[in-house]
Amino acid sequence: MPAQVITITSGKGGVGKTTAVANLAVALAANGSKVVCIDGDIGLRNLDVILGLENRIVYDIVDIIEGRCRLKQAMIRDKKLPDLYLIPAAQTRDKNAVSANDMNRLAKDLRSECDYLLIDSPAGIERGFKNAIAPADRVLVVTNPEVSAVRDADRVIGILEAEGKGPAALILNRLNPVMVKKNDMLSPDDVLDLLAIELIGIVPEDEGVIVGSNRGTPVASDPKSKAGQAFRNIARRITGEEVPFLDLDHSGGLWDRIQKLAGRK
Amino acid sequence: MDETNSLIQIKGLRDGLLVSLNDAPWDEQLSVLISHVDAQPAFFQGARLALDVSSQILRVNELVELRDKLSDRGISLWAVLSESPTTQQTSQLLGLATRISKPRPEESKDFGVDDLGEGTALFLDRTLRSGTRIEFAGHVVVLGDVNPGAEIIAEGNVIIWGRLRGIVHAGSQGNREAIICALDFSPMQLRIADEASESIGTQEKDRPQVARVNELGKLQAENWSAG
Repeated sequence: MPAQVITITSGKGGVGKTTAVANLAVALAANGSKVVCIDGDIGLRNLDVILGLENRIVYDIVDIIEGRCRLKQAMIRDKKLPDLYLIPAAQTRDKNAVSANDMNRLAKDLRSECDYLLIDSPAGIERGFKNAIAPADRVLVVTNPEVSAVRDADRVIGILEAEGKGPAALILNRLNPVMVKKNDMLSPDDVLDLLAIELIGIVPEDEGVIVGSNRGTPVASDPKSKAGQAFRNIARRITGEEVPFLDLDHSGGLWDRIQKLAGRK
Repeated sequence: MDETNSLIQIKGLRDGLLVSLNDAPWDEQLSVLISHVDAQPAFFQGARLALDVSSQILRVNELVELRDKLSDRGISLWAVLSESPTTQQTSQLLGLATRISKPRPEESKDFGVDDLGEGTALFLDRTLRSGTRIEFAGHVVVLGDVNPGAEIIAEGNVIIWGRLRGIVHAGSQGNREAIICALDFSPMQLRIADEASESIGTQEKDRPQVARVNELGKLQAENWSAG
């Protein structure tokens, strides 16, 4: 079966797009899918760092597009997961080095090579973003429970709808159940109320995510991490499995509400 | 020149130029328009341009490309007229007007109450997300929410069958009789004619409310009551 192309985007920067791509890639590959991820953030690459593959880069996406190497030569195999590959971004170029057609062509060539092609979009709604969503079959929008991040997510969802790329699904990243309970943070209800799209996962705030990113071993490979579990669950939902949402709040109040909202399509 | 004339028409309006395109492939039209502009840079320099694309279906990419190319040449694209709902939606998304209001004599700024009773309305059957801007020379009815960061500017009334959390300007041409209603009323900012207010609305969030300019000339919102 040809690969599904999934682009992860957000509008606002720093909400955890790259972390989400790395973790979903690891989780999907650990479940036996063949995964290729593309770092679409030309000029500001960092998916390689989070996956711990920085030292292995020889060729990058611009080399493929400009014909300096073959596709396979730029696909870096993960250290631990033999079915996970990364196509890194170029660090010394900018977004203008790649066009939407280049991305479509690249995705077309990769469809027969894997089960899932994950594209990490740069922040913003300009060219890099347009390139990243061009080949997408499905788009996941990452946001944080913060007013500014949700506002940008709303804008991006509007553009995706206008481009015929909808309906997007939402990953709510870095939720702090204690703060939500004290009314210091937007709740999943608040966010879904506004964005009104399908929720595919809620990832709790977890220091382990930062540690994992710095060490080049995404938390999805840590069986004890709650954020890791959340990413593993999202990966399973991507493959079409029905997975109940994590109980982030032990009293059950939030859990009930999330479940209710998740059921609302 | 004859060949280009058959593809595009340029007309002077009171406040800018109106360029009409036909149904030829978009790339072709775009290059004809640009070469037309490049042939007479002095004529186009600093112009405000409205574009009539008839039934062409245009996506964000295409309009952005056009807008950028025009702005590189000192031309500001402010409106795109189209029969295609997709193109209209694209234009709204980019903050471009989708209709040109007819040139009006100065005195017609004074609407009578009767003018608000009936008239043209734009019906939008969707939620307006952040970054969307709707401008309309009549009433606007939204079946959906108006999210924070979205804007509606209407010469008439604005009725929102949903949550109002963005910005609405009713009576934008000076009609102080215009009203704004919504089922859930928590706008970021409201304007009616030249009155503006930041946070307005009663505390009862779950009740429909209506905002109008009261006898004292201030913007005021109150719970909706039938009859």
